[in-house]
Amino acid sequence: MRKPKQLCALSAALLLPLLAAAQTEAPKPGKQATTATPMAASPGGVVTSWKQIPIPPLRQFKPQEPRRVELPNGMVVFLQEDHELPLIDGVIRIRGGSREEPGEKTGLTEIYGEVWRTGGTKTKTGDQLDDSLESRAARVDTGSSLDSTFISWSSLKQDFDQVLPVIVDLLENPEFREDKVDLAKRQFASMISRRNDDMDEIARRESAKLAYGPENPYARTAEYYTIAAVTREDLLDWHRRTVAPNNMILGITGDFDPVAMEAKLRATFGGLPKGEPFPPSQVSFHSPSPGMYFIEKDDVNQSAITMVDLGTDRRNPDFYAIQVMNQLFGGGFSSRLFSNIRSKQGLAYDVGGGVGTAFDHPGIVRISMGTKSATTAAAIEALRHQVAEMVKGDVTQAEVKKAKDAILNSFIFEFDSKEKVLAERIRYEFYGYPPDFLERYRAGIEKVTPADVDRVARKYLHPDRLAVLVVGNAKDFDRNLDSFGKVTAVDISIPAKKPGM
Amino acid sequence: MKIYIRRFLVLVFVSFFAVAARSQDIASFEKSITVKKLPNGLTVIIMERPEAPVFSFYTRVDVGSVQEVQGITGLAHMFEHMAFKGTDKIGTSNYPAEKAALAKVEEAYAAYQKEDLKESGRDLQKVAQLEEAWKEATKRADQYVEVNQFGEIVESQGGVGLNASTDLDETDYEYSFPENRLELWAYLESERFLHPVMREFYKERDVVMEERRMRTDSSPQGRLVEQFLAAAFVAHPYGRPTLGWPSDLHSFSATDASNFFHKYYIPSNMIVAVVGDVKAAQALPIIEKYFGRLPAAPAPEPLRTKEPPQHGLREVILQDHSQPLYIEGYHRPDFRDPDDAVYDVLADLLSKGRTSRLYRSMVRDTQIAIEAEGGSYPGKKYPNLFYLFAAPSKGHTAREMAAPIHAEIEKLKTQDVTDEELKSIKTRAKADLIRSLNDNQGLATELAEYQAYYGDWRELFREIDRIDAVTKADIRRVANKTFTEENRTVGMIETAKPEEAKAATGAQP
Repeated sequence: MRKPKQLCALSAALLLPLLAAAQTEAPKPGKQATTATPMAASPGGVVTSWKQIPIPPLRQFKPQEPRRVELPNGMVVFLQEDHELPLIDGVIRIRGGSREEPGEKTGLTEIYGEVWRTGGTKTKTGDQLDDSLESRAARVDTGSSLDSTFISWSSLKQDFDQVLPVIVDLLENPEFREDKVDLAKRQFASMISRRNDDMDEIARRESAKLAYGPENPYARTAEYYTIAAVTREDLLDWHRRTVAPNNMILGITGDFDPVAMEAKLRATFGGLPKGEPFPPSQVSFHSPSPGMYFIEKDDVNQSAITMVDLGTDRRNPDFYAIQVMNQLFGGGFSSRLFSNIRSKQGLAYDVGGGVGTAFDHPGIVRISMGTKSATTAAAIEALRHQVAEMVKGDVTQAEVKKAKDAILNSFIFEFDSKEKVLAERIRYEFYGYPPDFLERYRAGIEKVTPADVDRVARKYLHPDRLAVLVVGNAKDFDRNLDSFGKVTAVDISIPAKKPGM
Repeated sequence: MKIYIRRFLVLVFVSFFAVAARSQDIASFEKSITVKKLPNGLTVIIMERPEAPVFSFYTRVDVGSVQEVQGITGLAHMFEHMAFKGTDKIGTSNYPAEKAALAKVEEAYAAYQKEDLKESGRDLQKVAQLEEAWKEATKRADQYVEVNQFGEIVESQGGVGLNASTDLDETDYEYSFPENRLELWAYLESERFLHPVMREFYKERDVVMEERRMRTDSSPQGRLVEQFLAAAFVAHPYGRPTLGWPSDLHSFSATDASNFFHKYYIPSNMIVAVVGDVKAAQALPIIEKYFGRLPAAPAPEPLRTKEPPQHGLREVILQDHSQPLYIEGYHRPDFRDPDDAVYDVLADLLSKGRTSRLYRSMVRDTQIAIEAEGGSYPGKKYPNLFYLFAAPSKGHTAREMAAPIHAEIEKLKTQDVTDEELKSIKTRAKADLIRSLNDNQGLATELAEYQAYYGDWRELFREIDRIDAVTKADIRRVANKTFTEENRTVGMIETAKPEEAKAATGAQP
């Protein structure tokens, strides 16, 4: 049951990083099916090279697709049967997230996502819900992200009929009790007070601000005064504005009869009145200002170096070539960044990067590493060299094949569980992608040529346009950062009140 | 990217999704699981789970940083990194030449270290010359290296989740492959422990030092926990960091790693669990063919040192720039103790979710903490600690966490838990178990772990029965036995003003 790496017990994010034992860097998973040549079964003796090992054809496998149902009120439902465990799990994803909240109330959606559940309903407090759900080891949770809010649940199958009314009650009669609003706001303020403790957190947050701009909804951060500005009425307004069946996608998986479950869901949600469709996101993007940026942190002996630019989205026809480039540039154990910066030079434990792609907005081009203070400048040079080499455009056929093999041979892991298939379908529905996007992805990857990789490297990696952020302990650096040009100091002190007040 | 208020809460909840019921029980698992001990002592566990044409494995080696002695701390973890460097056939362009060159590297390094570590009569010029000679020898060996070929093969053949980890008690290796690569996997995974090559050792040592800087030196929590454990254990190696002390990392050699490997990576110390789209009848002969080649060897001597009883409060206070944190720990027995399950119940009672006692008292009601929890740490195999941890809310100090934590402890000692609480905990324990059975990698991990600790994977299910047997009286008894002031070690970060902190801690080397 619990993994004896008890470290995960000290789970709180605070202790998590170090409790996760010492790990060899986990590279991001690749994707799918390839070049295997079927051969006779291996002979009795042990081979002298891995290449002699026969690789039979992969067993034919067609993943089970969830059933899609659209209710008359516009709610989309996906049902995915899975009888392996006696559970029923699900989620309702609702359009509208933090990118749509007003800047002066940054944090509103996150507080909403918390208090929607903890604040209870008209007839039950959140604490009462906690007691009744946890006594049967069931859970119902709410939350938020950049583009949506959600309510999710998990229960033993025989408890589902007790859980469903809780979900409906939360959708129809949320109370957002003041005591829980206050608790969430206080906790949020405490989190803000801790946000400059961890250098990687600083690097991620501030590099996103450099890439998107500090006020951009994809990068801005909540402040004490934006949290203080959020009221219970704001949460109720958000709920009224977003919670309508035509803004919701429901996904359910587990040990149920699909016909009976569909009827139950139709009866439960079919009566919800249609609401205003949530408008599409309108955010404008500008390239970052290139140059060196620096944040002093005097209690560390390592520097976090991050280079950023604006990336692109997955509708871009270049997406496939970008994925192949990312794989060979900074994606895995044998990528250029890993092999050159880590293995050959020993400059980093954590190094990686590539051109970020999001579903409906530009991702971030991000190349990052951590290195000891005394090799900070050397590491910046090394990263720049790798970017320059990538842009130079002499990627080999063999290198591209290796990267494509990694993606294609591991493609099966994109849909090796029913839950993954369901999650994928919900995602495509939410962002308006074709349901066969995964298949198109495979076909797109297969077509990528070395010339494509060279072309996208030149198109999306611009050594002179990168904003370079260093978080570190300047007194121990091997060279002053101004030897790279003008350095802009980034102020990360936490404002006690709204600037100018 | 953003600070998520939910981050704390959500993480606490992750491990306990829902459920009870016993449809997933020993009997249903018996049908799909095969265990075989090979003649060389290696244990193989195969679970047939043909959900999709993939499989995952978990190689668990019964060696952790507790097997290290002073001077080589960090070496178990260092070897784990070396297990990604290939073999005599993978990762080299000319093994005979490389082997000779690597032997020269070791000679040069030994000569350099001998001079450099001299306590008297150290000749700095000679040190510099010897260091240079060692670096030159390294360059000559490096010319034969095909960098990261092992990882490249795994990845280009469709492997995902390639990783490994080391902790105090054990070292493990894992990834997942499409089902048609079973034989390739058996070859790669056995070769890695049959013919490991200590190539690029000193570069990789630099990588591990960066890992230490990231996880420990440059992280407030890392610094706190390292100091806290060093205070809590005076004799047993649980007090030493798995990542190693910096001086040892700067000194140990590829020869040290190789010796360590030969002593501990023996088949009887290894369990390999494979879960997924495999048929035991076909997979076992393949696994036996490849892993059967690992030579049997005598078991290493057991660890002798036991932590002596603690006779008084210990306290470590870090004056740091970061926000305050509080942790306290009490010595508790190892996993074989009859009260092991009582500690599991205590951990759940105190910290699981929004109904837990520490959450309700410190986070919800008094609001002096944004996170509070307890559990067993840092190991399992040997006598361990039960810790209580709290992150103070803005405006509260680390020291303020002690009184409410002790009040909760006092309650455990003097009042029975309620029937509802105990029932809820037992229900959740069953739920935890079922939730953990839904993916290949997780199953491979659990089966190997329980096989290793109890000699039988079925204990994974029987643990539920042990939790089920815990009574209110057990909880009071164990609380009284464990939570005493003389058995307590406290660690905290007190937030210093920037100038004070600089003077107090300085920069780490």
